[in-house]
Amino acid sequence: MLINRYLLIISLLFYTVLYSAASTTEVCESCDYNSIQDAVDNAISGDTIIIKAGVYKEFAIRIEKEIHLIGEENSIIDGENNGTIINVSAENFSIKGLTIKNVGISYTKDYAAILVSRSKYFTIENNILRNVFFGILIEKSKYGLIRNNDISSSATHEASSGNGVHLWHCSRMRIEQNKVSNLRDGIYLEFVENSSISNNESSDNIRYGLHFMFSNNDEYFKNEFRNNGAGVAVMFSKIIKMHHNTFHLNWGPASYGLLLKEITDADIENNLFEKNTIGINIDGCSRINYTNNHFVQNGWAIKFHGGCYENIFELNNFIHNSFDLSYSSRLNDNKFEGNYWSDYNGYDLDKDGIGDVPYRPVRLFSYVVNKTPETLVLLRSLFVDIINFSEKVSPVFTPENLIDNKPIMIRINDRN
Amino acid sequence: MFKIFKYSTYDLLRSRWSYVYFSFYLILGFVLLFLNSDVSKAVITIMNIIVILTPLIAIIFGVMYYYNTKEFTELLLAQPIKRSKILIGQYLGLSVSLSLSLIVGLGIPFAVYGLFMSMVIFDFFLLLVVGGFLNFIFVALAFIITLYNENRIKGFGYAILVWLLLAVVYDGVFMIILIIFKEYPLDTFSLVVTMLNPIDLSRILILLELDISVLLGYTGAVFKKFFGTGMGMLSSLTVMFVWLIIPILLMIRKFNKKDF
Amino acid sequence: MIEINNLNKKFGKLTVLENLDLKIKDGGVFAILGPNGSGKTTLIKCLLGMVIPNMGEISFDSKSILNNWEYRNNLNYLPQIANFPNNLTVSELIKMVKNLRPKDSDEAPLIKRFNLEPFLNKKLVSLSGGTKQKVNILLTFMFDSDLLILDEPTTGLDPISLISLKDLLREEQQKGKTILITTHIMSFVEEMADEIIFLLDGNIYFKGTNEELKKQTGIDNLEKSIAELISKQYV
Repeated sequence: MLINRYLLIISLLFYTVLYSAASTTEVCESCDYNSIQDAVDNAISGDTIIIKAGVYKEFAIRIEKEIHLIGEENSIIDGENNGTIINVSAENFSIKGLTIKNVGISYTKDYAAILVSRSKYFTIENNILRNVFFGILIEKSKYGLIRNNDISSSATHEASSGNGVHLWHCSRMRIEQNKVSNLRDGIYLEFVENSSISNNESSDNIRYGLHFMFSNNDEYFKNEFRNNGAGVAVMFSKIIKMHHNTFHLNWGPASYGLLLKEITDADIENNLFEKNTIGINIDGCSRINYTNNHFVQNGWAIKFHGGCYENIFELNNFIHNSFDLSYSSRLNDNKFEGNYWSDYNGYDLDKDGIGDVPYRPVRLFSYVVNKTPETLVLLRSLFVDIINFSEKVSPVFTPENLIDNKPIMIRINDRN
Repeated sequence: MFKIFKYSTYDLLRSRWSYVYFSFYLILGFVLLFLNSDVSKAVITIMNIIVILTPLIAIIFGVMYYYNTKEFTELLLAQPIKRSKILIGQYLGLSVSLSLSLIVGLGIPFAVYGLFMSMVIFDFFLLLVVGGFLNFIFVALAFIITLYNENRIKGFGYAILVWLLLAVVYDGVFMIILIIFKEYPLDTFSLVVTMLNPIDLSRILILLELDISVLLGYTGAVFKKFFGTGMGMLSSLTVMFVWLIIPILLMIRKFNKKDF
Repeated sequence: MIEINNLNKKFGKLTVLENLDLKIKDGGVFAILGPNGSGKTTLIKCLLGMVIPNMGEISFDSKSILNNWEYRNNLNYLPQIANFPNNLTVSELIKMVKNLRPKDSDEAPLIKRFNLEPFLNKKLVSLSGGTKQKVNILLTFMFDSDLLILDEPTTGLDPISLISLKDLLREEQQKGKTILITTHIMSFVEEMADEIIFLLDGNIYFKGTNEELKKQTGIDNLEKSIAELISKQYV
């Protein structure tokens, strides 16, 4: 992080030096240039091009110089569904304040509103992207800042839709304060390292709000993921820090707040999982610390699949979930300790804030539902209470050592 | 009818048992809210109690009330009043006073704890509606049982049996069938079977409010349509009305043909 | 005038009334007698519409009473066991019954006659059996109807109240009312009844005056002639 910041400061200083020598041109109907491509072609590195209000029907705008495209209010580039609209292969550039729309769909090519390859030290901010296939597609780049863009489309099927912000083989990137909705994945990262994703709002995407593939050493925080197929999917990645995010209203048969697949050594802290069908779906993950998270009114707060080892759940709140935990294996190598469970009915006679009776978060009924999903309609019936109780007294189907030995009596504080 | 309704309500509202029932709910509400001051948790606990206990109390009260007022009913039968009006009057009297005990008994503690300003007002309202329905349905079932059984012991026995069947055994058999036939598509079946039992039906109505996120986790298209759209609430309420009307009609038919 | 034609009633396999025909003219006290299980109560309840006959026709003042209820406005019934809503007071009960019937009532003299003033504001649950029966009688006699049906009216009454009841019955008799009484107290029958209707095995076995009965059996004692009637049947 620190290195990242230093480099940015240095590059900013560098800009100012160059800027004094650079000139500014304008694009509008009555200006010297009325096509953006013309203005770009005639600019030299370090120039600023101001795009005045108006609709510019252009696509495949090539930028190979270190220039700054700045859109004034109501400056609209309409690609008329012809393919990629702005294609940058230069460093030290910026694109700001533009509205870019109608990218067009391709099943063979990754058309994007803004395509950046092999770049460094760039800024893409305050843009509005509408009806895009891919929004901002960045490959093999470093030290980029993508901030405060508003990207949306009208995705209906995975195959015919692209991602809002798509990063491939990048490092040291910052994605901040963007709004992405109605795409395939809101933000997609593949082979991306040492990057941070923060304060974004990702909603109504048909697959994932945020998607990590083969990306290590990244961090995402203070994002909101709402009503996506799954809030966040983290797959085949290591050392990811996830904190202060909100995952909510991700509803549906394969809907998760957070989907973890083959992840190791992650930290998940201070997140809120609210009203998701499944709060966290954990598949083959090890050495993950879950601390200070709030699971509120989810269908399943946590659902385990496959071999999961050495995961530690401490000081989390489990409040009014239909099921706190679903566990398909008979073995348990994960630790639950000191969590608050709203379903806990024990007592605390010695008043140390810790319940005197252990809590068993896996119910027999959750096991039955795993085997026969239709039995879900019997949720909260007296019969189910009876079988749950008998299982609680003498566990037969659920792992015997899956127990919170120190359930806390009062919920942990709100996130801070 | 209205006169008989008025007098039986009046009589019941002054009976000891109404107070017992009323204070049960009052104390329950206060205790739950006092213990954890978490209104949502209290709503969940109360849901369990309403779905299970309200039918039991209604059916026992119904049987008791009918046997206790049998002679008075005979006195009324000798008066110039249509038969069915006597029955409906008494039926409404009992059902309404039970429902009033429930609504006021739970309403006071929740109001005191500021429920009416919180988000759970709709959940709470739904609970009361469901509780009311269950009162009306199970009082009707109780009257049917007593109309067929002059013997009090038998009547009480059948009442408890009916409750036990609908509250526990039904779900057990239901679950076993689902587990045995899990290879087959069962979502329509399971919804229909749920609808056929008023206790399960009320539970589903409340689940639609409290546990919608888990219900949407199931993949079946029928489930999805049922739980994911307004259809679930609408059809559950419709079937609830059917559940209310059929026992009442059966009860009236039997009463009109009965020899006293 | 009550006319009963070919009345049949079965409870399950048990035949209680079989092809019963009966005419009762207006005016007079009619004692309906018979051994236990002879169908007295069933007959009365058929008249009241409480028991629905399997077959036959019953008319009151030339109008059929089956599936009808308006006729009951001209009929007062005193049930055998009186059990009222426990939590109403006596005066509330009187008000209620008055409320249920469209005709005028005159309860004040009856309250006085049976000394019920101290009980008017008591809950019915707190009354003794005898007092309940008095309230029961009051509810029956406070309306002015042509037909009175009394099922065991003497149950639980103290001697003073019994005299009051007899007086009351005589007054009604003189007004030309038709009064049907079932009872097991023969002295009461001997004293009050104009005519005896004797039921046996679901049919009318004897209908006539006290004297006619004694003449038929040749025994000068009502109780014994009744016993004679029953025993003859079973010889």
